Amino acid sequence: MSHDMSDDKLPQAHDASDAHGDVAVTDNPFADPGLPAHQPRRTDIDERAAKRAERQVSLMFLVSMLATVGFIASYVAIDPDKIVYIFPLGHISALNFALGMTLGVALFCIGAGAVHWARTLMSDVELPAERHPIEADDEVRADVIEQFKTGAAESGFGRRKMIRNTLIGSMALVPLSGVVLLRDLGPLPEKKLDVTAWNEATPAAPIRLVNMNTDEPLKAEDVAVGSLTFAKPGPSASRPAGLQESDEDFQQAIAKDALMLIRIQPDDIKDANSKALGFEGVLAYSKICTHVGCPISLYEQQTHHALCPCHQSTFDLSDGARVIFGPAGHPLPQLKITTDASGYLIATQGFNAPVGPSFWERSA
Amino acid sequence: MKKLSARRRHPLAALVVLLFALVAIGGLYAAFAPAEAAQADSSAQSLKIDEGKKLFAVGCSSCHGLNGEGSSDGPSLVGVGSAAVDFQVGTGRMPAQQPGAQVPRKKNIYSQNDIDKLAAFVASLGPGPVTPTKDQYTATETDAISKGGQLFRTNCGQCHNFEGAGGALTQGKFAPSLENVDEKHIYEAMQTGPQNMPSFPDSTMPEKQKQEIVAFVRYQANEAPNPGGLSLGSLGPVTEGLFGWIFGLGALIAIAIWVAAHTTKAKKS
Repeated sequence: MSHDMSDDKLPQAHDASDAHGDVAVTDNPFADPGLPAHQPRRTDIDERAAKRAERQVSLMFLVSMLATVGFIASYVAIDPDKIVYIFPLGHISALNFALGMTLGVALFCIGAGAVHWARTLMSDVELPAERHPIEADDEVRADVIEQFKTGAAESGFGRRKMIRNTLIGSMALVPLSGVVLLRDLGPLPEKKLDVTAWNEATPAAPIRLVNMNTDEPLKAEDVAVGSLTFAKPGPSASRPAGLQESDEDFQQAIAKDALMLIRIQPDDIKDANSKALGFEGVLAYSKICTHVGCPISLYEQQTHHALCPCHQSTFDLSDGARVIFGPAGHPLPQLKITTDASGYLIATQGFNAPVGPSFWERSA
Repeated sequence: MKKLSARRRHPLAALVVLLFALVAIGGLYAAFAPAEAAQADSSAQSLKIDEGKKLFAVGCSSCHGLNGEGSSDGPSLVGVGSAAVDFQVGTGRMPAQQPGAQVPRKKNIYSQNDIDKLAAFVASLGPGPVTPTKDQYTATETDAISKGGQLFRTNCGQCHNFEGAGGALTQGKFAPSLENVDEKHIYEAMQTGPQNMPSFPDSTMPEKQKQEIVAFVRYQANEAPNPGGLSLGSLGPVTEGLFGWIFGLGALIAIAIWVAAHTTKAKKS
C-alpha cells in the first residue's frame, strides 16, 4: 500500500469547531451516511401532472381491454387458412398474427400501466429495513439444546440400539414406495414388442417386402449398393391387402414393422450372423431405435452408420447394427430375408430380437 | 499362254510372281480389314471426352488418378456416371478444398461447358447415372407438391429436417440445407448419393417420384407460407430456445432494470 494517499481524498473529519455543529462528530471515516433526503416526484407536487399520469395509466388499461376484445373478435372473424403478406415476416397466417398481436398488446398494456402507476403515483418514500442477526440469542439456544438432550435421554435412542437401527432401516426403505409408484406410468409392454407383422411369415407362407414409396414388392436387384429404401410388410393371412396407410391401425403397425433396406458389398459385412440374415448383401433392419423407439434412418452410406436423431445412438449397420455410440442398449433387430422364385424379397420369419425400446421383460 | 510358260524360267519371273502375290494380299487386306479402327474418331462426343480428359488431368487427377482409377486420396470414378460429376463440380464441392469429414459446398469455378466435358470423360470410364435433362426433374402434375411432401417426409426428412433446413450427422458430417439448391442438383443427389447420402435409384424411387420431391423442396424454399411468422431458420427447438433465452429473457431483464431504476425526481422549488 502506497503512502501517497493525500488527506484531501479521505472523508473530511469534522472537528468540534465546525460551524455546522449539528452533524455528530465521529472518528469513524466510514460512518453510515444514512438515507439521502427524500426528493418528491413531479406528480407528488403537481396535481395536474398527477391527473395526467392517472389518465395515462387508465388509457393503457383501456387499450388492454380493447385488445382483448380484438383477440376475441379476430378469433371469431378470421379464416384460419387465410395467408397474408406482412413485410418483415413474409407470408404468414392472418389468424396467428392477429391473435398474437392482440394478446401481446393486451398483456403488455396491463404490465406497462402497472409499472407507470408504480413509478408516478404510488408512494416512493424510501424505508430502511434494519437487518438483525439470524441466530437466536444465547438463552434460547441453551434452552433448546437442553431440551434436545433431555428428549434423547428419555427416548433411550443411544441406549436401545435395536430401535435405532430399525428406525434407520424403515426410513431408508420408505422412498422405495415412490419407485414402485412409477409402475403406474403405464402397463408393461409384455410381449407386444416381440410380435410384429413379420412374425406371421413362415417358409410356407412368406411375406413380401413392399417399397414404402411405390407400394410395389421389391426385388433384390432393385436395392443398389449405397442406396436406402424403406419397406413395409406385404400381403399376409391377417392382412390380405398388405399394410396400407388407409388401415385404421396403420400408425401402430408401422411403428413396429418399418424396415430400412440397405445393400453392402458382402465382403464389407463384418458380422457373419448378420450377413447370413441378409441376401447377397441386402440387409433389412428395423427402423425403430432400441433406446426409446424413435424412427431412425439417418444412414451414412460410406461409414454404414445409422444415427438416431433423438439421443444420438449410433449403430454400425455393417457390423450387425452394433451400438457404437449413445444410450441405446441393444443392436437394431434384423429381419432374415431371401428371395422367392420370381426374385422378390421375402421374409420367412420375424425379427431376430424384439423391436423398439428396452424394457424389463425383453427376451433378447 | 505358251508365251507365258515359255518365259517361266526367265530370271525376272520370280520377281513378277512376288509382285502379283503382294498386290493380291494387299487388296484382300484392304477389302477385309476393319477400316474404322484405323481412322481417327472426330465425332463431337469423342472430342468432348478428349477435352474432358485434359481438364481432368489438370483439376482432378492428383486425387482420382490420371484415368479416374482412384488413389488413397480420392475414390475411383469408374461407374459414377456423368450425373455425379455434374453435381459435385456444379455445386463447387469438387475439386475439394481440403480433406475432412465432409466436403462443403463452395463457389463453382468451372463453366457448365467444362463440367459437361469432364462429365463426358468420367461417363466414358464406366456406365453410371446420366445427367438429367430439364424434363426429367420438372414435375408437371398439379398434385406433385403434396405427393412430394409425403415422399420427402418418408425418405429425406430424417436427415434434411422436415423443411429441408438440414441437420447434423455423426463426427462432423452434416446434411446440408436444401434452400438454395438448384433443381437439377437435388435430382442428381438423389440419383447418385453424394458423399454419405444414400442414393435413391430409379428402381426404388422412380423418376416421377424424384420430380415430386424436387417440386416439394422448391415450394418449401420459395413459396411455402410460414403460418407463425418468425421461422428462426425452421431448425426446431435449438434456435427457438436460444432466441427465447437471449432475446426473450434479455428483454425481461432490461425492463426489470428499468423499472427498478430511480424515478425522475422533481426538485422542490
